[in-house]
Amino acid sequence: MKATKILNGNQTIAEAVRQIDPDVIAAYPITPSTAIVEIIASFRADGLITGEFVCPESEHSAMSVCIGAASAGGRVMTATCSQGLALMWEMLYIAAGLRLPIVAAIANRALSAPINIHGDHSDTMGARDSGWIQIYSEDSQEAYDNFIQAFRIGEHPDVLTPVMVGFDGFIISHSAEVVQVEDDAAVKRFIGDFKPPYPLLDTNRKFTVGPIDFTDYYFEHKRNQIEGIENSPRVIEEVGKEFGRTFGRTYGFFEEYRTDDAEIGIVVMSSAAGTGKDAVDELRAEGKKIGLLKPRVFRPFPYRQIAEALKKMKAVAVLDRSSSPGAFGAPLFTEVRSALYDYEKRPKLVNYVYGLGGRDIKVEHFKEVAGKLEKIATTGKVDEMLGYLNLRE
Amino acid sequence: MKKETWKELPTGTVNIHAGNSVSNLTGTWRSGRRPEFIEKNCIQCFFCWLFCPHFAILVKDGKVTGINYDYCTGCGLCAEECPTKEKSIVMVKEEIKLAEGRKK
Repeated sequence: MKATKILNGNQTIAEAVRQIDPDVIAAYPITPSTAIVEIIASFRADGLITGEFVCPESEHSAMSVCIGAASAGGRVMTATCSQGLALMWEMLYIAAGLRLPIVAAIANRALSAPINIHGDHSDTMGARDSGWIQIYSEDSQEAYDNFIQAFRIGEHPDVLTPVMVGFDGFIISHSAEVVQVEDDAAVKRFIGDFKPPYPLLDTNRKFTVGPIDFTDYYFEHKRNQIEGIENSPRVIEEVGKEFGRTFGRTYGFFEEYRTDDAEIGIVVMSSAAGTGKDAVDELRAEGKKIGLLKPRVFRPFPYRQIAEALKKMKAVAVLDRSSSPGAFGAPLFTEVRSALYDYEKRPKLVNYVYGLGGRDIKVEHFKEVAGKLEKIATTGKVDEMLGYLNLRE
Repeated sequence: MKKETWKELPTGTVNIHAGNSVSNLTGTWRSGRRPEFIEKNCIQCFFCWLFCPHFAILVKDGKVTGINYDYCTGCGLCAEECPTKEKSIVMVKEEIKLAEGRKK
């Protein structure tokens, strides 16, 4: 039955897992995603789910189990973050290369060193070229909704690509919120059955999965893999709309907040977008023409749509919760900036790295950014392209 | 065999041509030497058959009868492992026929 519950991010993912009841769940607990794995284990012990639950000796093995189970033809998921996701690295590429629609819930957490257990996007941003679809969630509700949609997106026959759903460690994973949990049967109906094209358990057909490719085939197989994620935007849109028709919450590639007549804008993902919206409201009350754009899908990057949404603004700040040392700005910034390159009329762009290792970002910090954007919009000059928010200088 | 374009390949690095290594004539890898079978010295110990990495030792009616040069890469393991006092397999020089290339 449909119910309004008070749940944190980890609990909402576990609820979705109970409703979806995947064939195989393989995970190795790591803070702050541990509770997902613990709750799933208790669900299994209590007979609330029927799927196999495997807790191997590491995250590398967990993803390996997922790959084996998905190759066999199962609907498969895992949960991890930070060092755990880093340890999965080589297997992430294999899951994507074999076109296995594994779904991973990631409670975004900083990477060592220095060791830190709090929320930032270093983990999933490092995996941005692994071939996985990446969806980021602002709150527990979005984490729940995105996680359910991830199965439909990844398992679509034109896509067949693994999907990771991120939500900020601790900020979302451990904060209790009011969440609408949909009816079990309705969720099951929404995700439907998974029909793998080449399940290894189909012994009537003879084929090999993942043999070695030499110089004569690797390139073709990689291009074939890329096609899956290239096909996904259409599916992501359709599934987001159908989710809206079914459950009342519609999703697209990103959310625009008060951008209609905005002259300055802030691009920010995940939980910080909530704080950003409050800042926008306060600034709007002061008469400032400011809006916010919250990317939801980072891979595939909706470059055309984002550029269309931003092109009319005078100045835009892209806020990144990870860094890309030595690069031309942090990951989200370089994507947004590239997306606008083909437009003759485009805003001035600045990049702010914020919140590394769980450092708080408050309304006052968004206002600080807005102040700089106003100056840039007036003068048309960018003094400093890359800055750091709420850092002791 | 004609190589598929990326669009023709099945999804997910699946190889649907079961047993397709038969069409991969590894004998084209030989570079200058090949094993020669000397039947009169052979004691039928099957060491060569056991060690050959390419299943290129010919067996008929339970007896080693020679080498399948379509697949023999000329690695020399069979000759190395042959235990008879007078070797039953010896490596001999072979002219490389570059023009022949890989058989399709």
